[in-house]
Amino acid sequence: MQRIGQISFQAREGTTRRRTLLAYGQTTLGHLVGYATLFFVAVISLLPLLWMVSTSLKEFGREFLFPPQWIPNPVVFGNYITAFETSNLARYFGNTLMIAVLATLGTVLTSSLIAFGFARLEFFGKRVLFIILLSTLMLPGIVTLVPTFVLFRTLGWIDTPLPLIVPWWFGGGAFGGAFYVFLIRQFMLQLPRELDEAALVDGASYFRIYWRIMLPLSKPALAASAIFSFIHHWNDFLNPLIFLNSEEWRTLALYLRFFLYTEVGGGAGLTRWNLMMAASVVMLIPVLVIFFSAQRYFIRGVALTGIAGR
Amino acid sequence: MASHTAQLRPTPPAKTGLRSIRWRRHLVGYLFISPWIAGFALFTAFPMIYSLFLSFTKYDLLGPPEFVGFSNFERMVSDHLFLTALGNTAFYTLLAVPIQLLLALFMALLLNQKLRGINVFRTALYLPTVTPTVAFVVLFVYMYNPEFGIFNAILGWFGVPKQGWLTDPNLAKPAFIIMSLWHVGGQMVIFLAGLQAVPETLVEAASIDGAGKFRRFWHVTVPMISPVIFFNLVLGIIGSFQVFATAYIATNGGPKHATLFYVLWMYRHAFENFRMGYAATLGWVLLGVILIFTLIQFAISRRWVYYEGEGA
Repeated sequence: MQRIGQISFQAREGTTRRRTLLAYGQTTLGHLVGYATLFFVAVISLLPLLWMVSTSLKEFGREFLFPPQWIPNPVVFGNYITAFETSNLARYFGNTLMIAVLATLGTVLTSSLIAFGFARLEFFGKRVLFIILLSTLMLPGIVTLVPTFVLFRTLGWIDTPLPLIVPWWFGGGAFGGAFYVFLIRQFMLQLPRELDEAALVDGASYFRIYWRIMLPLSKPALAASAIFSFIHHWNDFLNPLIFLNSEEWRTLALYLRFFLYTEVGGGAGLTRWNLMMAASVVMLIPVLVIFFSAQRYFIRGVALTGIAGR
Repeated sequence: MASHTAQLRPTPPAKTGLRSIRWRRHLVGYLFISPWIAGFALFTAFPMIYSLFLSFTKYDLLGPPEFVGFSNFERMVSDHLFLTALGNTAFYTLLAVPIQLLLALFMALLLNQKLRGINVFRTALYLPTVTPTVAFVVLFVYMYNPEFGIFNAILGWFGVPKQGWLTDPNLAKPAFIIMSLWHVGGQMVIFLAGLQAVPETLVEAASIDGAGKFRRFWHVTVPMISPVIFFNLVLGIIGSFQVFATAYIATNGGPKHATLFYVLWMYRHAFENFRMGYAATLGWVLLGVILIFTLIQFAISRRWVYYEGEGA
């Protein structure tokens, strides 16, 4: 009996050792292949952006060379100054920033209110209303484009930034605001209920619980919403195109498109790609700053929506 | 009746108190969600109903809407650009979305490896997605340039002659699909979150049962992340059917209507020719088309989407 036990023990030891050796060989090779593939994909992924930056630093004329000049020579930082000097780029930047900030502020404030209602309070028809809210996520925004234009026109809001901001102070309407409500609600659901129950017993009002307890605790979800929202509004093209006409309110997105079609920088049918790319980089910078400073919230935000589990 | 009230007499204060508290809670609930109720009524429900009304009218924004019955629908059916626009959009959607999802899943699998410095790669793969659409499209117009674009330069290394990416009707739609592949970061992150939620014990169990890498992926990972695939598929198709900015900026529908996508066509009617009634009709028809696609997917999903906790 003892011998059999010993043999089986030895055998077991042998297989484990073999397995770890095998696993070791597999993982180093696996790591190498993994890194190589990742590196290759990353280079392709970043190539367009690198090309954008490279072009923005080229001397006029060199952006038309074929085969292309991969690294600018000479490096002309002055393109950025020219881009600002030859247009109202600073103004467009300010317009875009103002719209994105105000819309984001409204989104975070009202979405968190709504989310608190759905996460913590009981009222008639809550389930049905929440299903309606979720279904607006799948509603193609395009259907409401014409009627909302007519609505805002009747209100005299065309060619003002109001159509791009006000709906976001009402949970986003048909413009996809339900996403933020959903994200924040999912986060609030995870917070322990004892917190608000204790506060309620202490005589705190629901608004106080929302403002003093839930909001501070929901910071990660609020941050994720704010980032998603800001980038969405900063990058938006269709809505500014429809609701804004005049140069006064032009956003960066509208300006870039305008530049492409009017060839302001070159004349004689020659687009000044270096200036155009400089303006594009200017538009990209705030997004990158936000992205890099708050990167962790991105992934967490997506995971929070619970999409992963369901 | 009298005895009934008499019986209740000792308790009324408490009961009405409780009741009013309950009522207050409901009221507070509605108060908190009231921004959404107002927003939904103003910016979703009302526009949808109003748009349905407009679709039966002729409305050029100058005079009041004029009721015309079904003539907008009749006009649409006989409009030769209707099928072109819908066909282009369907072609683009049905080709782009599966490719996007495969690429996004592939990248998510790469990023799901336990490697050092994986965060750097995650950033590199996600970064193009946050690039503003307009900046990105303008950049691609430049990169697709037949004379000096880098696409032709890189293809030139392999001996491929210069292509007119955005000027050749046969290449324009594929060029748009290629461009869209740099904006799949959202789907990628959702896949990644899904992959990270797959219990390791399941994969290990399959591995002990002798399943190879491919079989583990196909029989364990894919069923476990099928809800995520489904989510990306449904929203991807809804989004792709509304493709607009890329075509509006890069080609404005050309060459030879090859990139005249549905929303671009609708946009022209609404905001260039101010045919609001007709555009509203087109909007509702698109909603119907998308709805049909979505319902079909939900019906098929029962066969392949696995929800944990619902039983096998």
